Amino acid sequence: MSVLLSAVEFLHNEPVRVALIVGGGAALVCAVVGVATVMQRQSFAGHALADVSSAGGSAAYLLGLNPLLGFLGLAAAAAGVMEWSEIREARERDLLTGVVLGAGLGLAALLLYFASTVHSASGAAVAVLFGSMFTIPAAVVPLALAVALTALTVSALVHRPLLVSALSVDLARAQGIRVRAVSLAHALALALAVSLAAMTVGAILSTALLIGPAAAALRVARRPAAAVALAAAIGLGATWGGIYLAYESFYWTPGRGWPVSFFIVALVFAAYLTAGALAVRWPRRAVGLPSGCEAH
Amino acid sequence: MFAAFMLHAWLVATMVAIVGGAVGFFVVARRAAFAAHALPLGAFPGAAAASLLGVNELLGLALFSGVGVIAITQLQRGERREVASALWLAFALALGVLLLSLSGAYAQSLYGLLFGEVLGISRTQVFGIALLSALTLALLALLARPLLLESLSGDLAAAAFGRARSLEGAFLLIVALSTAMAVPVVGALLVFSLMVGPASAARAYTNRPWRALLLSVLLSMAVVWSAIALTYLTDWPVGFFVGALSAMCYVAGRRRSLLAGAGS
Repeated sequence: MSVLLSAVEFLHNEPVRVALIVGGGAALVCAVVGVATVMQRQSFAGHALADVSSAGGSAAYLLGLNPLLGFLGLAAAAAGVMEWSEIREARERDLLTGVVLGAGLGLAALLLYFASTVHSASGAAVAVLFGSMFTIPAAVVPLALAVALTALTVSALVHRPLLVSALSVDLARAQGIRVRAVSLAHALALALAVSLAAMTVGAILSTALLIGPAAAALRVARRPAAAVALAAAIGLGATWGGIYLAYESFYWTPGRGWPVSFFIVALVFAAYLTAGALAVRWPRRAVGLPSGCEAH
Repeated sequence: MFAAFMLHAWLVATMVAIVGGAVGFFVVARRAAFAAHALPLGAFPGAAAASLLGVNELLGLALFSGVGVIAITQLQRGERREVASALWLAFALALGVLLLSLSGAYAQSLYGLLFGEVLGISRTQVFGIALLSALTLALLALLARPLLLESLSGDLAAAAFGRARSLEGAFLLIVALSTAMAVPVVGALLVFSLMVGPASAARAYTNRPWRALLLSVLLSMAVVWSAIALTYLTDWPVGFFVGALSAMCYVAGRRRSLLAGAGS
């Protein structure tokens, strides 16, 4: 009975409801975009977008704007720069990614410093980098859902041409696929997914939500569609489970809750390790690109 | 700027720059950019745990760097390397956040650990960092030839020096040690900029590996010294200047190699 009562209380709490909606949306989008990202070996690029987006989050905090807009603006800009540079060689891409990431984080450091002098509050760094799910304003929900829908639509549209052009650019061109437009669209979807995840678990932890469920699913699933479904289930489970545990943790250490992002990331990490153990017991053919086509 | 309380900062920054430039050269040659970014973040919970337990920060950082190397090499078995780095990085950061939140010293020490804190360096830290730099440079000197050869051709290196797996582990350990010592100064998030920017620029200016290594060290020293001077003058975070100046190095190198490519 008391368990039921506490569950009712949990769901009646407005910040919790907002967190469940935004977090759930972020987990779904990340699962779909994440599978494509892991299969194309773009984990580092996804992580770099997240790091750069932290500068946008800091700017939004400094100026008092909607944080999602801040994350979104800079993530999209960084995706644009990395696509525009047109570097195809994997090694050069990695270097450029690293440099963009470093410059973005440096900018975030500066903006956070300004925020702490202007608003004389030092909580901004924590909120932007590590998330503050229970302080997401309810007004963000419509925008977050719109961003999620856009990301899902774009990824559904470019899914097939993206796979073909990852296999062979010439083949894609022969089929009439506009390779650059497709890869730009995927980068945009990645930026949308990353900014949603940044709202949820914080900019530099968003990598866990983007890469973790997808990588875990790809270890056990036999087909990409199954991998997306499994990744979505893992992401949702970890996010909602994490929110619940964080809510409960107020009773473990009286007066102070544990950070919700910690629980989400830990659950994702546990799912990845479990998937690895399962994959060892039941070996299967790898989902992904044939070995000759890999970037490294 | 050169007052007594700044002496520690200049000393430590110089050591960090020398080691960072040297290790960065190999990071760029071996395409280990993501691992070099993940390892300092993996050391971050070490500093948080040290502040929770009240022990020397450097000890926690070095210990967790070792844990990070083991975690990444274990996770990447039969798996994509960048996925292993990404997940370890996120988990380590989350763990660090939890530890800091439990210790109660949340927001302020978090900012310092992530973005660097030049002025708070103590005398014991200077000695610790000197010891770690000597160790890192010695290891690097010992392994320089096989590491370089392996980045050119894995088969050749295996034929000349034996197993590649242990070499990869040793290299990650060097990266981990050098980043751990740099965390208190430049911050966990931006150590990596210091490794990648100067080294990638150096590569564009010369074809000879040892000359590029030297140039990388010199550029990295220039970046760190300018960053500290600018921090002193403006009071802005040192991480910002390190990130921006490293990016400028990269852009200069890129321009140079594009121009050279157009000329030939």
